[in-house]
Amino acid sequence: MSNSKILANSVDVYYGSKQALFGISMDIKEKEVTALIGPSGCGKSTFLRCINRMNDLIEICKVSGSIKVDNEEIISDKTDVVSLRSKIGMVFQKPNPFPKSIFDNVAYGPTIHGLVDSKNDLEEIVHSSLKKAGLFDEVKDRLNEPGTSLSGGQQQRLCIARAIAVNPEIILMDEPCSALDPIATAIIEELIDELRLNYTIIIVTHSMQQAARVSQKTCFFHLGELIETGETNKIFTNPDNTKTQDYITGRFG
Amino acid sequence: MFFWSLVLIAVGIFSSFIYGRSRIKLNSKKQGTKSKSLPTYYAQYVLMWCLFPALIVYFSWAIFQEKIIQNIVISNFEFIEGAVYNQGLLLAEIRNVANNPSFADGKSIEIINAASHYSSLRQISQISFYTSIIIIMLLGALYASQKLKPEFHAQHTIERYIQYILIFCSSVAIFTTIGIVFSLIFESLRFFAEVSIFEFLFSTEWYPFIPIREGQTAAEGSFGAVPIFAGTFLVMVVAMCVAVPLGLLTAIYLAEYASQRVRKTVKPLLEILAGIPTIVYGFFAFVSVAPFVKAFGQSIGIDASPTSALAAGMVMGVMIIPFISSLSDDVINSVPQSLREASLGIGANKAETIKKVILPAALPGIVGAFLLAISRAIGETMIVVVAAGTAPNLTGNPFENVTTVTVQIVVALIGDQEFDNPRTLSAFALGLVLFVITLFLNIIALQIVKRYRERYE
Repeated sequence: MSNSKILANSVDVYYGSKQALFGISMDIKEKEVTALIGPSGCGKSTFLRCINRMNDLIEICKVSGSIKVDNEEIISDKTDVVSLRSKIGMVFQKPNPFPKSIFDNVAYGPTIHGLVDSKNDLEEIVHSSLKKAGLFDEVKDRLNEPGTSLSGGQQQRLCIARAIAVNPEIILMDEPCSALDPIATAIIEELIDELRLNYTIIIVTHSMQQAARVSQKTCFFHLGELIETGETNKIFTNPDNTKTQDYITGRFG
Repeated sequence: MFFWSLVLIAVGIFSSFIYGRSRIKLNSKKQGTKSKSLPTYYAQYVLMWCLFPALIVYFSWAIFQEKIIQNIVISNFEFIEGAVYNQGLLLAEIRNVANNPSFADGKSIEIINAASHYSSLRQISQISFYTSIIIIMLLGALYASQKLKPEFHAQHTIERYIQYILIFCSSVAIFTTIGIVFSLIFESLRFFAEVSIFEFLFSTEWYPFIPIREGQTAAEGSFGAVPIFAGTFLVMVVAMCVAVPLGLLTAIYLAEYASQRVRKTVKPLLEILAGIPTIVYGFFAFVSVAPFVKAFGQSIGIDASPTSALAAGMVMGVMIIPFISSLSDDVINSVPQSLREASLGIGANKAETIKKVILPAALPGIVGAFLLAISRAIGETMIVVVAAGTAPNLTGNPFENVTTVTVQIVVALIGDQEFDNPRTLSAFALGLVLFVITLFLNIIALQIVKRYRERYE
């Protein structure tokens, strides 16, 4: 298929001797939102963190199998992890702005990747990223204040702005709204809907309503296995698997 | 005497505990109601009332007994008209005779009389000491046993008493510190009565020798502390030049690059460095490093003295590496993992992440570690005594002899001089300045560390 952005094939993950993921295969399309759902500890975050090799940070974590991003193998010693991560942005569960100013938070990525030649370019990237993240109007008068002084929802949008400032193609979101109130959540969800036009988004979420609202594809994980994957509409109305049915109707999880 | 009284008190504690417990059980059985607290609390209540009054008596006896007896003996002493007495010598003589009758030969009759008076007073004191301990313990237990009723909430009272005990314990350290500060201040005031404070702080000549006997041909002493502070500063700067880069880079390696296993082995090993007695560092500096510094100085054409600021400072730097590395490692480790992930997630490599995210975030804590290390370096004595010499040179050349505040305090106090001349008193003035400096450094360091904590917790 031509527009498949990420292609995973029988991915196994071990934490020490404990196997966390069992033969995950998945096909993620370009410029779509894919939601990973499932009960806690089912491996959805682990799979997400395989895609940008964030699991490298965990000493005991071993990944095998194959994941191809734009037809390029990334589960390999030869993979250039730095350029991979600049192509794949990530937004974390808890907003984690750097203890720097709002401006410097967004400017961090473009600066280290040398994307800009002049101060004006940098300013333009920062402003446009903040605009794309829907935060610019709220912070344009206080770009020099610390990022940590913003509210939780604003911080999370700042983190999104920081991620898109390096112009990635894919954005991974690990329960981006779990630390936010309903209003901030609604704003982020709207934002995800807009970002879909330009980015491929994979979002891990515990909220099935959120998955139903923002995603086009949904994958259901259970105990480290991928149980079912398909169109969000279908998964939530007429799933093939009884486990999926039980989970989305709230019988377990 | 005091050993047997401790045994007595121990017996009192034990029996009061047993008594309290059986008494409350008996009382609640008699009334047919359950006691409000567990029997142990009533037992502890009786015990405390038995123990603490006895302890107060014990310590006041231990402190005041000798003084009071001596006063009585002296006030009854039959002074001979016209003779000159030194009270301290006289008392020592009386005590000697009293403790050892064979010394009585050839002493005057007044002394022998006073000695027997002294011994009899001691006997009286001992007997009354034991009696009053027993009485006070019985009284305490009696008072407490009146409260042993089931409706009395012994646990609440015990908890209040325990709180008092804790407050007392924590105030001991505070009052000791206050006492030290005051003794420093008062002795320093005596020093500044003889030497002007401006001379002390601003004059550059340190020559603390004063004529001890009248008519001795020694020069007038001069007490300008500037060379000493300059020496301290020089040694400290050398030490920090060694310790800051080594300590900080070690911390970065340990916190960011080393595997868990390496970290678990290396960190305690480094902390052993802090446990080496400083005098051992001192002779290492003198025997190994100082000759090397001298040879190195000569090879580049600088005339180095056998002991130098450089040698002392370098070894002191090694000594404070663990302070910096261990504290900085803790600080770097407490930078949230989420910041590392955020930076790496954008595609920064490890070096960029450390340089641009982790170190700035950890900076306040690291500065705090530096300041603590500096105050340790300033207070260090032994290395400098051995390896930097004692000559108060005002120099910026690290190959020369220098001296530091702590060394001059040692020098001032060596020898058996009374605390009545500026030379010995200067130790207190120097100590006071040192204390003020390290106090300020510590306060600043703690403030910085505190502010840092608030940001992440």
